[in-house]
Amino acid sequence: MSALQRYIKSFLLWELVMGLKLTGRYLFARKITVQYPDEKTPLSPRFRGLHALRRYPNGEERCIACKRCEAVCPALAITIEAEPREDGSRRTTRYDIDLFKCIFCGFCEESCPVDSIVETRIFEYHFEKRGEQIMTKDKLLAIGDRFEAQIAADRAADAPYR
Amino acid sequence: MEQAIFYFFSAVLIFAAGMVITARNPVHAVLFLVLAFFTSAALWLLLEAEFLAIVLVLVYVGAVMVLFLFVVMMLDINLAPLREGFARYLPVGVLVLALVVLEMVLVVGPRLFGAEAVTVPARQAAEYSNTETLGELLYTVYVYPFEVASVILLVAIVAAIALTLRRRPGTLKQEVGRQVAANRGERVRLVRMAAERSKR
Amino acid sequence: MFDWFMNPEGPMVLVVILIKIIALVMPLMLGVAYLTFAERKVIAYLHVRVGPNRVGPRGWLQPIADALKLVMKELLVPSAANRYLFMLGPVMAIAPALTAWAVVPVGEGMVIADINAGLLFLLAMTSMGVYGIIVAGWASNSKYAFLSAMRAGAQMISYEIAMGFALVGVLMAAGSLNLSQIVMAQQGSILHWFWLPLLPLFLVYFISGVAETNRSPFDVAEGESEIVAGFHVEYSGMAFAVFFLAEYANMILIATLTALLFAGGWLSPFQGIPVLEGLFAWVPGTIWLLLKVCVFLFCFLWFRATFPRYRYDQIMRLGWKVFIPVTIVWIFVEGAAVLAGLGPWFD
Repeated sequence: MSALQRYIKSFLLWELVMGLKLTGRYLFARKITVQYPDEKTPLSPRFRGLHALRRYPNGEERCIACKRCEAVCPALAITIEAEPREDGSRRTTRYDIDLFKCIFCGFCEESCPVDSIVETRIFEYHFEKRGEQIMTKDKLLAIGDRFEAQIAADRAADAPYR
Repeated sequence: MEQAIFYFFSAVLIFAAGMVITARNPVHAVLFLVLAFFTSAALWLLLEAEFLAIVLVLVYVGAVMVLFLFVVMMLDINLAPLREGFARYLPVGVLVLALVVLEMVLVVGPRLFGAEAVTVPARQAAEYSNTETLGELLYTVYVYPFEVASVILLVAIVAAIALTLRRRPGTLKQEVGRQVAANRGERVRLVRMAAERSKR
Repeated sequence: MFDWFMNPEGPMVLVVILIKIIALVMPLMLGVAYLTFAERKVIAYLHVRVGPNRVGPRGWLQPIADALKLVMKELLVPSAANRYLFMLGPVMAIAPALTAWAVVPVGEGMVIADINAGLLFLLAMTSMGVYGIIVAGWASNSKYAFLSAMRAGAQMISYEIAMGFALVGVLMAAGSLNLSQIVMAQQGSILHWFWLPLLPLFLVYFISGVAETNRSPFDVAEGESEIVAGFHVEYSGMAFAVFFLAEYANMILIATLTALLFAGGWLSPFQGIPVLEGLFAWVPGTIWLLLKVCVFLFCFLWFRATFPRYRYDQIMRLGWKVFIPVTIVWIFVEGAAVLAGLGPWFD
């Protein structure tokens, strides 16, 4: 490019006009905003939201207190204490997930041998008091009971890829 | 009405000028000086010297004082040593003060600037443009002094730049012109490559 | 001095002037409020978003909600700040931004003070705007605010010179410092407006105007990513809102001046075109001016959504080494053209 051409281009702000043209085109483009509370984007069956503990269809809790999730958790968000139950089976007495620490990586879910700890599609929740961010065993089981149908369907949908 | 305005601005001007020399914080002093310039511009407006008034604001307030403010803000002045030795310098100060007052009295005394010495200038009509008159005078009668003054200023600018301009060879320096002129063609080369297959 | 009050015309003049000021400032403040809304909307649209649309129908009450929020907020004064100057800062920022409007005509004969040195007055007032920023930055006693004040000060002084030279070109072409007469000198057609004979000065003026108002891409004084928010980092509530008002009032001022000085002000763009001129003769001049101002304001927003922030040394280079020489050269070219009585502009 000759020097003269470059001078003319720079004094006519050519490059800037090109940039303006580029952004100007988007002024008329279709807007892609999702109006969140009114519209929602579709969620994948693999979505990693709030945690839940599942039960077998007969009502027995799945968790066998193997503590693999506790071991694998990169954020050290899971605390498990376990003791033998009266019937001799190994069960948790405490299963806490600190949601402030949790990074929703899904490793707990991956490591669980009995598909007990899972992450659900729930992503809209809040806490109002300090301490509420600790998901205790009762809370986790309650979520699992409430959304069992959805959780089971999601596992089934993802099963062929595992 | 005009008198009331005059006395109001005069009072503000004297107050501001007093604060310039008595304010302890140098930044405050500079800001009071700005106020002083502003009020004197207002007084000049009353004298129908609108060009000079606006130029006073434009040049002194808008540019010179900003630079002053810059410098004063950057300075980290320790005020205590500046106040030392007040008594020692007092005689010299008084002497200088007396000299200045004497000179002022000699030059702007009632003999030359009294109410009798100066005739009241006639009020100009509304269409009268101070700027035009000044420009005409400056570029006809006083064209040579005016041009000489501007050349002196130009020389000062050139000298200031020449003093600070120092080319040191061998140092790494950014040349904005070249940076701006750089384009994609000079920097990026797109290479065509055959896609690689992963071997299992 | 009391006869002035006794004279029935004396106070009346004052009342009329006050009414004029209110008639100008109220729409201006409303314009500022909706300029913030327009900015968010336009930039959102350029980003393929929809922007604020929740408060009121299609988001039209958003600026009012913003203003209410800012009014309700607490005014914090940092304990180490210089109290009086801290409070004086916003005032010093907005006062010149509003004072300058005194000489700006918004239509034929629609001006508060039709003074002969209008252009000079404007230049003086815009050069005052920097004090608010410097004082605020210094009085905050915060490193970020101070850095920003230094940057803003140096930048505004530098671009003032280029701006002044561009105005000299306008003054030469119009032969007057009075803004109304400058607009009238552009009569004829869209090709008679000064943007064409003074094209380099027009570009320099508008770009300097963007730099003068510290708008993107020259917003190093605000530089969110480097110095958080610059000079108003310590301000909250209404004091912050006043800075906001000043910035946007300055934007509107620069856009209006560009329209007046280079784009024919309130003159119709269809002047001199046989059929269209008659067709649009009923449109009042103020509407034309408003449309032109809107175009320039849109450019401000468009620039912000398009260009990355300038590096500081590049800003200084652009101001001193590009704009000032360009304007000086063009003033000489223009001088020659005026002497030669060139074309439809300088005869």
